[in-house]
Amino acid sequence: MVSPDDVEKIANLADISLSRDRLGEFTREFNAILEYFEILDTVREEFREKGGEFNIMREDEITPSLPQGEVLSLPHDSEEGFIRAPRVME
Amino acid sequence: MKARAPATGDDPYNAFITRCEGKPGGKGRLAGIPVAVKDNISTYGIPTSCGSRILEGYTPPYHANVVNLILCEGAGIAGKTNMDEFGMGSSTENSAFGPTKNPVDPSRVPGGSSGGSAAAVAAGMVPMALGSDTGGSIRCPAAFCGIVGLKPSYGRVSRYGLVAYANSLEQIGPLARTVREVSLLMEVISRYDPRDSTMGDRPFAPRLTGEVKGLRIGVPAEFFGAGVDPAVAEKVRVAIGILEEMGASVVPCSMPSMAYALAAYYVTCTSEASSNLARFDGVRYGTADDIRKPWHDAFREVRAKGFGEEVRRRILLGTFALSAGYYGKYYAKAQAARRNVSADFARIFRDVDVIAGPTMPTVAFRIGEKTDPLSMYLSDILTVPANLAGIPAVSVPCGKVKDLPVGLQVMGKPLEDERVLEVAYAYEQGVR
Repeated sequence: MVSPDDVEKIANLADISLSRDRLGEFTREFNAILEYFEILDTVREEFREKGGEFNIMREDEITPSLPQGEVLSLPHDSEEGFIRAPRVME
Repeated sequence: MKARAPATGDDPYNAFITRCEGKPGGKGRLAGIPVAVKDNISTYGIPTSCGSRILEGYTPPYHANVVNLILCEGAGIAGKTNMDEFGMGSSTENSAFGPTKNPVDPSRVPGGSSGGSAAAVAAGMVPMALGSDTGGSIRCPAAFCGIVGLKPSYGRVSRYGLVAYANSLEQIGPLARTVREVSLLMEVISRYDPRDSTMGDRPFAPRLTGEVKGLRIGVPAEFFGAGVDPAVAEKVRVAIGILEEMGASVVPCSMPSMAYALAAYYVTCTSEASSNLARFDGVRYGTADDIRKPWHDAFREVRAKGFGEEVRRRILLGTFALSAGYYGKYYAKAQAARRNVSADFARIFRDVDVIAGPTMPTVAFRIGEKTDPLSMYLSDILTVPANLAGIPAVSVPCGKVKDLPVGLQVMGKPLEDERVLEVAYAYEQGVR
């Protein structure tokens, strides 16, 4: 079971805003779904790939990209070939 | 091609978000055919919203590979169809553009998330449409609207230009009124594209013979178990009986992993969504952020304004399932469950050629009837196994219950898309 405080904490982690008046209902629905997920506790690993997972690498290839002008017409704020974004550092 | 919002009166079921004007005039296998395209498939110069406010005003600077392919074969884009926001839903009620209605009974949902594509075909507005299927989003609306829909094998159709929701599960696929039309559209869109690294080079070679003699059909008991409307189950058993009369044999079987397949699916798709949807930050496209604000404040504000409730719920669930302390309990277990689902299919396919059962546990429900998210999720129970295992699955109409269509689902071995269509075609011809 998660509490409304837990849900708010996850929402902050996920950068999702939840309205205060929906928090109780949202928590109830969230718990019902998590309760359904409990069935996963019964899963026994019956099949495991031999050798595990590994990365397959290839050489980079230069291929044509989208026209810069067209792509830069999409953001609301661009300047001299760059896209302006909110500041990340305080 | 000129794009516009649908005019009142010419879209009674709210199947389209955008209509396109101009007649298709090219040559090719789809010459002169207007094709409806789900609104999460990128179209150059035509708005692509994914049914979300967050992509308001966005027009992609390129076509998805499948769109290029249909245009090269002479088809036109009839418009962009309504859908559950980012594909998250089974009813097309979760759209920022309002719900789509089922042309068979407008008080009911068309299924989802490709509900607009299915409704446009069922209403006769277009002969064919493209949809996408992450956990049943082509087959569910095909079943509810009484048309044919194919979820291709994973890796059989390029996802280049499909706005990602859960990459490891989803495929673009065709919807139409007949198996032959579905097969034709599949033939066109399945061409190899190196821009989707999960795609294999395997040309689609349709063989619609109408023959099923000697075919072994696996029928898992779990597809007719708890939660499946007995009248729907009966209709599907009769349909399988018709294939038996045509010379196929039925092999009863069991799929124990069905007990947790739906949970594994929802943990996996929400986890992938929580990462995928982070790209909608208001910086590069879509709803603008306020760049005077610090990053997290601006990001949160854009997502609060742009995402509907179901999308926020799934991002939250995915963030939770991947968070420290819960990863082992949810995500890792879901992946083990997913491997067991694949192993169950592989075991059953040692003795049979295809597996058959209902597509959906019920007929189309009423608009507004399912208000609880979990009950909506449960309606996907029979479609998600094929996505977890990456196998092909088709839904073909097999009669009605209380005047509402029922879909027969035929699942095949990995990459045997031709075989599931062959069986669906034989059934369709057999009941003609």
